[in-house]
Amino acid sequence: MSRWIIDHLWLICAVPFTASLVILSLPNGRHKSAATLAVAGQIAALVMSFFAFLPTLQTPVFRAVQNFTWFTFGDNALRLGWLLDPLAAVMLMMITLVGLCIFVFSTGYMAGDKNFVRFFAYLSFFSGAMLGLVISNSLLLLFVCWELVGLASYLLIGFWIERPSAAAAAKKAFITTRIGDMGFFLGLLWLYGRSGTLLFYDSGNGCLESTGLAMLGASATFIALLIFCGAMGKSGQFPLHVWLPDAMEGPTPVSALIHAATMVAAGVFLVARVYPIFSLDAIEGVTSSLTVVVWIGVTTALMAAFIAMAQADIKRILAYSTVSQLGLMMVSLGVGGVAAGMMHLLAHGFFKALLFLGAGSVIHGCHGEQDIRKMGGLRGLMPITFSTYAIGMMALSGVPLFFSGGWTKEEILHVTAHWPASRLPYYFLLIGVVLTALYMTRQIIYVFFGDRHADSQHAHESPRVMTIPLIALAICAILFSVVLTPAWPWLHDYLTDESAHFEFARLIQPALFLSLALVSVGVALGIWMYRKAGAQNRQRPPDTDPLEFVQPQLFRFLESKMWIDELYARTVVAFSWMSARLSDWMDRNFWDRLVRGFGGIGQLFGIFTSDVDERCINAGVDETTIGTRGLGRLMSAAHSGQIQTYLGVIAIGVLALLLFYAWLA
Amino acid sequence: MTPTLQVFLIVSAALFSAGLLAALSRRHAIFILIGIEMMLAAANLNFIAFWRFSPQPPSPTGVMIAIFSIAIAAAEAAVGLALVIAVYRHYRTTNVDHLNQLKG
Repeated sequence: MSRWIIDHLWLICAVPFTASLVILSLPNGRHKSAATLAVAGQIAALVMSFFAFLPTLQTPVFRAVQNFTWFTFGDNALRLGWLLDPLAAVMLMMITLVGLCIFVFSTGYMAGDKNFVRFFAYLSFFSGAMLGLVISNSLLLLFVCWELVGLASYLLIGFWIERPSAAAAAKKAFITTRIGDMGFFLGLLWLYGRSGTLLFYDSGNGCLESTGLAMLGASATFIALLIFCGAMGKSGQFPLHVWLPDAMEGPTPVSALIHAATMVAAGVFLVARVYPIFSLDAIEGVTSSLTVVVWIGVTTALMAAFIAMAQADIKRILAYSTVSQLGLMMVSLGVGGVAAGMMHLLAHGFFKALLFLGAGSVIHGCHGEQDIRKMGGLRGLMPITFSTYAIGMMALSGVPLFFSGGWTKEEILHVTAHWPASRLPYYFLLIGVVLTALYMTRQIIYVFFGDRHADSQHAHESPRVMTIPLIALAICAILFSVVLTPAWPWLHDYLTDESAHFEFARLIQPALFLSLALVSVGVALGIWMYRKAGAQNRQRPPDTDPLEFVQPQLFRFLESKMWIDELYARTVVAFSWMSARLSDWMDRNFWDRLVRGFGGIGQLFGIFTSDVDERCINAGVDETTIGTRGLGRLMSAAHSGQIQTYLGVIAIGVLALLLFYAWLA
Repeated sequence: MTPTLQVFLIVSAALFSAGLLAALSRRHAIFILIGIEMMLAAANLNFIAFWRFSPQPPSPTGVMIAIFSIAIAAAEAAVGLALVIAVYRHYRTTNVDHLNQLKG
C-alpha cells in the first residue's frame, strides 16, 4: 500500500482537486452531497498521507523522488517531479488532519449559507493546491501550486463577495502576495539560469544537491533573497504582512485554513525546502541571506505582537498572533533551526486552527458579533468552546510541559540564543513571548470572563459538528507535545534524519524555567491589567481598553496597526494612483491624439480613394454597361423573328456583294 | 436563232428573281418553299448551261451536280413540307408573320 502511494504520490493532491471539480458541477442546493464529497476527499487524502508517512519512519534519510518530463524545447527538457521526504510527509499529515477538522467544522458553520456548495468546492481546491505544493520536487511545480493556493485564498477571502470589504480584502491579499511572488519568480528564473534545473533532487543533479549548488556561486544570496520575497508575501512577513489581518473578511473556517494549514505555512515551508540555497557557504551557520531572514522575522514577530495588544476584533487578534508566530518561525529558520521552525509550524497549525475554529464557534454563538468588547462571560454559556479555546490559548502562549506550543517555542529560543552573529534576536523574542501571553490573556478575559455584555445574552453553544473538531484539535494540540519534548525529541530528529532516543533527564532544562517565568509574567500582567475589563468601572468610561486609559496615544498607534496601511496608502498606493493618473492623462492627451492623427490621415486617404472609386472606376464601369446595353438593344431589334426580313437582308447583301464585285472588275 | 449562253443566263436570272420575289413577298409558308425551289431550279439551270458551253462538254460533271442538287432539293422539300405541317398543327397558321418566336 505504502509503496503504491509513493509511486502515485500525485494522487494525494489529485483527490481534493477532483472532489473540488465534482462539487463545482453540483447544482446549488445539494448541500449534503457537497459536504460529503469534500470531507470524503479530505479523508482519502489523509489516509493516503498516512500510508506515505509510514515508510519515512522506517528508513533513515528517506527520500522518494519521481521525476517526469513536462515538455522539451530544443535540447532542454523541462522536468517536474514529486518528492516525499520527512519534511513533506509531516506537512502532509498536518495539512490533511487540520484540514479535515476544518472541513467538518465548516459543514456546521456554513450550514445557512446560500453558496454552501461553492464554498466546499473552494475549500477542496485550497487543500489540493497546498498538498501539491508540499509534495512537488520542482521549484516550478511548487510555484504553480503556490499560485493556485493564492488563487484559492483570493476566492475564499472574497467569498462573501457582496460585502465591499471582503472584495477589497481579497484583492489586497492577492495583490500583496503577488508582489512577493514577483520576487519569487525572478529568483526561480535566476536559479534556472545558473543551475539549469529546477528539480530539487535528481539523483545528484538537482538544484539542492552538491553539483547544482556548486553552480550557483555568489548569486546564491540573491536567489535566496528573491525566493524569500515570495515567502514574505505568503507568510505575511513585514513589510508584506498587511493582507493577512484583512483576510479575516472571509468566513472563519477559511481564516483557520489560511492561518493554520495552508496558505501561510507555504512560505515557511518554502524556506525550509530550499534551505540549502540559503545556507550555501555558511560561516558558522550564518549567511547574509539568513541574516535578512532573521531580522525580518524579528521585526514581524515583535511588531505584530504589539499590534495584537490593541485590536478589538477577535479574529484580528488571532491574525496578528499568526503574523507574530510566523515571524518566530522565520527567525528559527534564519538562525539555523530548520527543525525547530518546522516543529513550531506544525504545532502552530494545530493550535491556531483550534483557536480560529473556537473563535468561529464564539462568533457563531454570538450571532455574528466579532468585537471582543461586546462579548464577556461566555464561559458558562459555551463550556466546550471555552475549554478548548483555553487549551489553544495556552499552547499559543507557550505554557510549558503540557502544550505543544511551549516545547516548540522553547526549542526556537534555544537555537536563537546560540546564534553566533548576535544575541539581540533572542532578547526580542523573549519580549515577544511575554506579549503573546499578555494579549491572549486579554482576549480570553474579554470573551469568556467578566460580566455578560448586553449583546451576548443570547449566546449559545455550537452544535456537535462544530465542537467535535474543536475537541479533536485540542487533543492534537496537547498530544502533539509527546513527540516534541527534549526528553524524546522524536520529531526534531525525524526532521534532521537522526534517530531519537529517550532520555528523561533532558526534560527539565533551564530554558523550561525561563519560559515558564516569561509566560507567567505575561499571563499575570494580563490578568492584572484586564481583570476589570468587562466590568463597569467608575474611573474609566465604559468600553475603554485599560491600555487605552493609561496610554491613549500608544493605544491609538497600535489600534490603527502602526499606520502601516495608511503609510502604504500614502506612498505605494498613492504612487501607483499617480502613475495611473499620469498614464491616463498621457493616454487621453498624447497617445489618443497621436492615434487620432494617424486615424485622420487614414480617413483623408479613404476619402480620396473613395472619390477615385466613385468618380473614375465606378463611373467607367457604369458607362461600359450602359453602352453594352444600348448596343444589345440595337442588335436585338434586328432579331425580329421575321424570316422574310432576314431573307431580304441576305438578298440585299448578296446583291451588294455582286455590285461591289462588278465595280471592282 | 441559236441559243447562246447569255439567253440561258437571262432566263436563269429571271427565274431566280421570280423565286426570290416569291420567297420575300408571299406570307404563306408553302409559297415561300415554292420560291426557294424556283431559285434552286435557276441555279441548276446555270450549272447545266455553263456545262453545255464549257470547253469539254463530253464529261458529264454539270449534269451530275444538277442531278445531286435536284435530289437534295427533293429531300429539302420533303423536310420543309413536313416542318410546315408540324408548324401548322402547333400554331394553326402558316402565315410566317406570326411565326416570329424564334428570336434571341
